[in-house]
Formats: sequence, structure tokens, C-alpha cells
Amino acid sequence: MTRYIVRRLLIAIPSLLGISLVLYTILALAPGDPFGDLASNPAVPPAVAEALRQKFGLNDPIMLRYWHWLMAMLHGDWGFSFVSRVDVDQLILQRLPTTLAVIGASQVLALAVALPVGIYAAIRPYSLFDQIASTFAFIGFSLPTFFTGLVLILIFSIQLDWLPFVYRADISTPGLLGVWLHIKQAIMPVMVLGLFQGASWTRFVRASVLDAIRVDHVTTARAKGLKERAVVLRHIVRNALIPVVTLIALQLPTVFGGAIVTEQIFRVPGIGSLLISSILANDTPVIMAVTFIFACLVIAFNLIADLLYGWLDPRVSYS
Amino acid sequence: MDEEDLRGLIADVRAGKLPRRAFIARMVALGLTAPLATQMLVHSGLAAEATPFDYKPTKRGGGGPLRVLWWQAPTLLNPHFAVGTKDQEASRIFYEPLAGWDPDGNLVPILAASIPTVENGLLAEDGKSVTWKLKKGVTWHDGKPFTADDCVFTAAYCADPATAAYDIATYKDIKVSKLDDYTVKIEFPRPTPYWADAFVGARGMILPQHAFGDYKGANSRQAPANLAPIGTGPYMFVEFRPGDMVSGKLNPNYHEPNRPYFDTIEMKGGGDAVSAARAVLQSGEYDYAWNLQVENEILQRLVKAGQGRIEIIPGGNIEHIQINFTDPWKEVDGQRSALGTKHPFFSDPAVRQAMNMLVDRNAVHEYIYGPAGIATANFLNNPERYRSKDTSFVFDVGKAAKTLEDAGWKPGADGTREKNGVKLHVVYQTSVNAPRQQNQQIVKQAAQKAGISMELKAVTASVFFSSDVANPDTYTHFYSDIQMYTTTMTQPDPGQFMLQFVSWEVAQKSNKWAGRNITRWQNPDYDALWKAADAELDPVKRAALFIKMNDMVINDVVVIPVVYRPGVAGVKNNLQVRLSGWDNDMWALKDWYRT
Repeated sequence: MTRYIVRRLLIAIPSLLGISLVLYTILALAPGDPFGDLASNPAVPPAVAEALRQKFGLNDPIMLRYWHWLMAMLHGDWGFSFVSRVDVDQLILQRLPTTLAVIGASQVLALAVALPVGIYAAIRPYSLFDQIASTFAFIGFSLPTFFTGLVLILIFSIQLDWLPFVYRADISTPGLLGVWLHIKQAIMPVMVLGLFQGASWTRFVRASVLDAIRVDHVTTARAKGLKERAVVLRHIVRNALIPVVTLIALQLPTVFGGAIVTEQIFRVPGIGSLLISSILANDTPVIMAVTFIFACLVIAFNLIADLLYGWLDPRVSYS
Repeated sequence: MDEEDLRGLIADVRAGKLPRRAFIARMVALGLTAPLATQMLVHSGLAAEATPFDYKPTKRGGGGPLRVLWWQAPTLLNPHFAVGTKDQEASRIFYEPLAGWDPDGNLVPILAASIPTVENGLLAEDGKSVTWKLKKGVTWHDGKPFTADDCVFTAAYCADPATAAYDIATYKDIKVSKLDDYTVKIEFPRPTPYWADAFVGARGMILPQHAFGDYKGANSRQAPANLAPIGTGPYMFVEFRPGDMVSGKLNPNYHEPNRPYFDTIEMKGGGDAVSAARAVLQSGEYDYAWNLQVENEILQRLVKAGQGRIEIIPGGNIEHIQINFTDPWKEVDGQRSALGTKHPFFSDPAVRQAMNMLVDRNAVHEYIYGPAGIATANFLNNPERYRSKDTSFVFDVGKAAKTLEDAGWKPGADGTREKNGVKLHVVYQTSVNAPRQQNQQIVKQAAQKAGISMELKAVTASVFFSSDVANPDTYTHFYSDIQMYTTTMTQPDPGQFMLQFVSWEVAQKSNKWAGRNITRWQNPDYDALWKAADAELDPVKRAALFIKMNDMVINDVVVIPVVYRPGVAGVKNNLQVRLSGWDNDMWALKDWYRT
């Protein structure tokens, strides 16, 4: 087991290096310039933009810039944003709580919907409940979040005027009222993301449970005269959830990555909106840091998923 | 209109025959900026009066929160790093310059005690120096007094190339010295007609020496005050999340009485223009939304909700079509559109005249932009109430076709006109942006009717406006026959603006396409006029020179102005704002109040 983990970690090093090299090269080759604003402003002499490029090392060859970035990264220095001239780790840390709260809550919601609905629909396949659940699941993952987001805004903010549609991370009202304000503004983004994710997970849980129901040991359990509840929870769901756990573990890095589109619609100051605004502003150090952390998390959670697999399913061994 | 006519008009203003505003309107219609027009009056001894603002509140504070929405989020709070307007606006909440520009182009003192003029002896007659008297009793947010040292420091801070300030050009050649604690003198290396650049407006915000003194030059990025500003403005810093929001609270020691009105201010950023408009005009969650570049039809629908109104801010942005004077299809020495080549058909003035008649500005105004894009014949313009009645433009397909016919461009077998084997086939490029693509269609249809075939090309904005040397699709490479975009003209002096037609500024490979002259039009007469204007101290003579330059560019059809684009802001019904197109939206935040 330990040897397996060590081996996997060692394999991760070259993959991360490769990923970072590819990311850096693509970003460097992509068109655009963080000082483009300066270029189209007739009041700013071109020499100013050129001096800034020089100062921030944008005129060096790509490989040299990559080398500088890599060395700094190894020392824990993530560089600073060209646009806001703030250290990148500070920018990311500032956005982390909101991202974790909103995206985390939506994943929990997705799970809370997907598990019971998926299981119940699977143990009574083609019943009225299953039909309705399937219909809604299809609608749920067929509608893009930017559409459902706008529909919710139109209904709950514009028509009914119940919920705000501009998310404010700085609400400082003390006590329960402040908590309520925080929850109130998070309802719509969490619903949009959670139900979208929940819909596809429902289908997945249902399929997985359906597979597990038909297995022989379930028939045996029923023949033994076990209560239906015990059969479902202990013999069906436990086995059915093994692939679901893997799926969720692989999904967790996205909690960090945020939701670009939804964050933009509701102005949630999460990592997704940081990423998209950095891309639009060609702010390479920020894009690089966010995507690279994301790559690290994907690799880490892959490993965790594999380890979980062995723990859940004794048939899997790592020797 | 020449110098004599101008003097005549000024005499009319003096005699009371012509209202000041009407004079400014005439000047602006001729392609000048409002600040220059006002400067002419001041120079002729007609003292400037700032447009009065009716400020009602009788005590400081008590106004509750003010919430403003910027759909581009502020990313930094140091005004001298503020490349984008969004950052200048966010900085302007906390920092102030010595003076700002009002909507009519008057200088309004903010941290200055008075505006320098030749009459009060503060402005040198030879144009080589200006002295600013500072307001006394102003304190920084941390309680330290504001003095001349702060001005001297700010100039030195920006002028240091290692600081990497975006406005280095404003400060690098001037000498700023302190005469006493409340007097600073700026000396210019040569006679400078546009003296109100340093310490004025967006580039003039003063930094406190005690907070930035240790962070001038290479370590400028490390200053804690970059993220937690200490200014003199009406609101004090509370919190900043880069790319998301800025908040502030009332400054109890603000240097103007009864101001500010609001207890707190919050500037929220991000999202898109349409939903920003919605948050102010329809749901009323926010009080003010900046720069609503939204299709007119949508805006009008949102206004009907009755929560807010649209404010049109006259400024100098112009959406125009540029004509390439070099050959974009012939490669010379590793570049296309090279100097020395001649455009195959636009070198014929008749084709340019025809092209000018094929742009249906009224349709663009009516169907695309509405009040946010007003049809115009001039390269520089201002809103309708200021527009001179004698400027005009034509949209006439028949006349365009006749002009081409007379010049010998005859329809070929495929309907496209040609002469000596050269076909009138135009490639028209612009950035990806819904109104611009609609505009391209409008022009293409008219051109085809007149026998010019047109190929449309749209380039992603981040590429089109980049200064990427290796990318052939940037606007400065101009590898097409015509192209369209908006030049922003926020600076109050037309000098820099008109620089884009002088010969030595042609964008070429040799200057990494960083030159300002994109059309590659060259004319020694224009160059001479520009040089004369650059050294001319008499604003009236200078204005006459600029008008001449503007006329040359328009009459020779170097560019085809399409629509003038004033700023559009969404304001909640009960909010009173003071906006100016010659300065930041936040230039007079101190005066905002609610009724």
C-alpha cells in the first residue's frame, strides 16, 4: 500500500511538470497582451507599454520565462498579477471561502437530491415516480446553467422581488440577520449549480443501483427473508455506491475551480470568475496558478479515488 | 473657420450676443474639445465659470449607503497604475487631483485653492511654467496634513521609470518644485499650451508621501497603500477585494462643507452590462451603473420599469472607419501595409469619396446605438444640443455610384466595378461585437449596390486591440482595406489625439507597429500644422490650427466617422449625480446625493 502511494506520487511529478510546461507554452503563444488597454489609448505613448512589458519580463524568450516561473513556484512564490499587481496566492485565498461555500453547498445539494431520488427510482423502475424523476433529470442536465440562472433571476428577483441577484461577499451585518442575508443571496446560484449537477448524478445513481439489484446475492438476501430496508441499504446501495464515490471524488476538484458561467451571472466572486477575468485580461500568472492548482487537485483526487476504491471494495488490491 | 472668425465669435460672447454654451458647442462641432474651447474664452479674458451644481444637503452624512455597479471589476487602487478606467474610477473614490474637468470643459479646483490663469499671475505668459496654490487645512485620511511635498513626491513617483506608472509621460519631462508648504511650481522644458495635465483629472490624483515614500521605484508593487488607499477624498477606505468590490465610509474631516452625503459607498464589480442595467433600472438593487454598452432597445425596455433613468455623458469617443493608404495585400520586407506602397484603389480620391457616401450613419444611429451612438460627420464631436447645424453628411448610393462611374470605375462581368484590371474588392475588418457586425452588414449592403464587393472580417477584441507584434490581425497591423473601431478620447486636449495623423507616427514593422498613425496617411501640410499647434500658446490660434487639421482629415476622407458615442450610465430615480465626459465618472463623487 505505502509502496503504491509512493509510486503514484513519483509518477505525479513528471505529469505535473509536463502539464505546467504545456499550460505555460499555450498561454505564452496565445494572442493578447496584458497591456492592450494601454495600446489603444492615444494618450499613452507606446514606449510606456513597452517599458512595462520589459519590467514584467514579457519580452524574454518563452523557455526562460517558464524556467523563472518554475523556480519561483518551487520556492513557494506564485508570482504576482500583472493586472492588479497583487500576489497571486493572496488573490486566490481571498476568493477561496466564497468558492468553497457556494460550490460546496451546491455539491451537497446535488448529492442530497441525487442519492434518494436515484435509489428510489431504481428500486421501482418504470414506476410513475421513476418516470417523473427521469423527466426532470433530463430537463435538469439539458438546460445550461446560464439559461436556468437567467430564468431564476427573472422570476425571483425581477417579478417576485424575493432574492437579490448580485452576490456580495462583504455582507457584515452581525447576528442571524447577516447569516440570513448570506443564505438568501446564495440560494439562486446554489440551486442552479446543485440541480444541474444533481440531475446528472441522479441518472448515474439510478443506473448503478439498477445494476446492483439484479445481482444474485440480492436475490439470496431476499430469499433469506431479510427486511426490504436492510436488503436495499446493506446489499444493494453499498455495492452500487462504489462507482458513485469515485465519480464524486473526481468531481471534487471542480469545487475549487468554481463555476465560471454561474459565477459570472450572479457576480459571485469565486475562483471561476477570477479565472475568466484573468483570461480576458491576459493575466498569465493568475491563469497559470489557478489552472496549475487545478491540475494538482485532479491528480491528487485521482489517487484518493483509487485508494478509496480499495477500501470500499476488498476485491481490489494494490500489490 | 480661421483665427479671425474665432476672434469674432469670442467678441460676440464678450458682448453677450452669443451664450458661452453655444460658443463651446460651435467649437466642439468643429472638432475641438470642450476644455480647449473654454481655455480660449479664459485666455481672451472671459473668466471661466464652472457649471454650477445644485447641492441640496445641509449636513454631512445621513444618506445611508450608496451602491454602484461597475460591470468591469476594479483590480487595483493605485491611481497611477490604473491602466483601465475601472481602476481609475475606483481610485477616485479615495484620491483627488488638484482640479477636475466639468462637463463644459472648465477646470474645477478640488485640492487647489484656485485655478491658475495668466490674469492671477499663476500661469506664466511664456507657457513655460504654472504655479498651483493648494487648499489649506486638507488632511489625509490618517490625519496627516496635505502639503506641497505630496505633490512634488507624486510627480517624482510617476516620473521614475522603475515605478512603472502608466502616466509616466505626463510627469517625466516636467520639473516640479515646492515654493512653500501650499504652493507648487511646475516648469516645462518648452512652451506648453496644454499645461493642465499634471495634477489634473484622472492622471493627477495626488498620493501621500508618508504612505508611498518608501515605495517609489522598483519596490512600488510592495506598498501596503496600493491595496489600502489613504487619500483626501470624501470616502475613507474600508475593504478591497481585487476583481470583486471596493467599499468605503464617510470621511468625517472632508475638506468641503456638508459633504459627503452618503455614510458608506460600495462599488461592486463583475458580470455584464445588461444585468448591471437591470440591477439599477429594473430591480433597483443598485444606485448607479457605469458604461451601459447595451443595445438601445433593451435599455429602453428596462427604463420602462420606472426604477431609474439613463444619463448620457457627452465626451469625445468616436466610432470611425479608417481607410488604408498603403497596399495591405503586397508583402514588402516582411510586412504588408508597408510605407512606400500605394493602395490599389483607395489612392484614388473618388473611391474614398464614394465610400464616404456609402456609410448609412443614420441607420447605424437609429437601429443599433440609439442615444448611445449619434450619427456624425466630424472626427470629434459632442451631443446633439451642442452640434452645429452646418455640418452634414450624405448617404447616397446613387451619387456614390456616379462618382465611381465618372472616375472611370466601370462595372465588370460580376457586377463589381473595375478599372485597368483593378477590382473594387474591399476587406472590411473590425472587432467581434454585436453592434459592429450589424454595422458591417449595413455598409456591405450599400457598397454592393454601388458596385463595390465587400468581404467582412471580425477579429476577437483581445486580439484586435492587442499590441502583439507577431499577430497580423491587430488593428495597428491593419492588413485590410478598411477597419472600424472606437478611439477613446477622455483626455481634454486634442493634441495627443490629432497625433494619429502625423507622418512620423506611422505604424510599421520598424516601430513594432506601435506608431499612432494607423491609416498610414502622410501629408506634410498636416505635419506642419500639428507642429505649429504643439508650440502655439494662444488658445485661439491653436484652436484654429486644430480645426484646420480636422478638416484636412475629413475632406481627404482619411477616416469616415460613423457615430459619436457618449457615455451612458444608469442612475436610480432619486439619486443626483454630477458627471463629466472629460473626467472620470467619480470625479465629483463628493457632490452626489439622494432626494
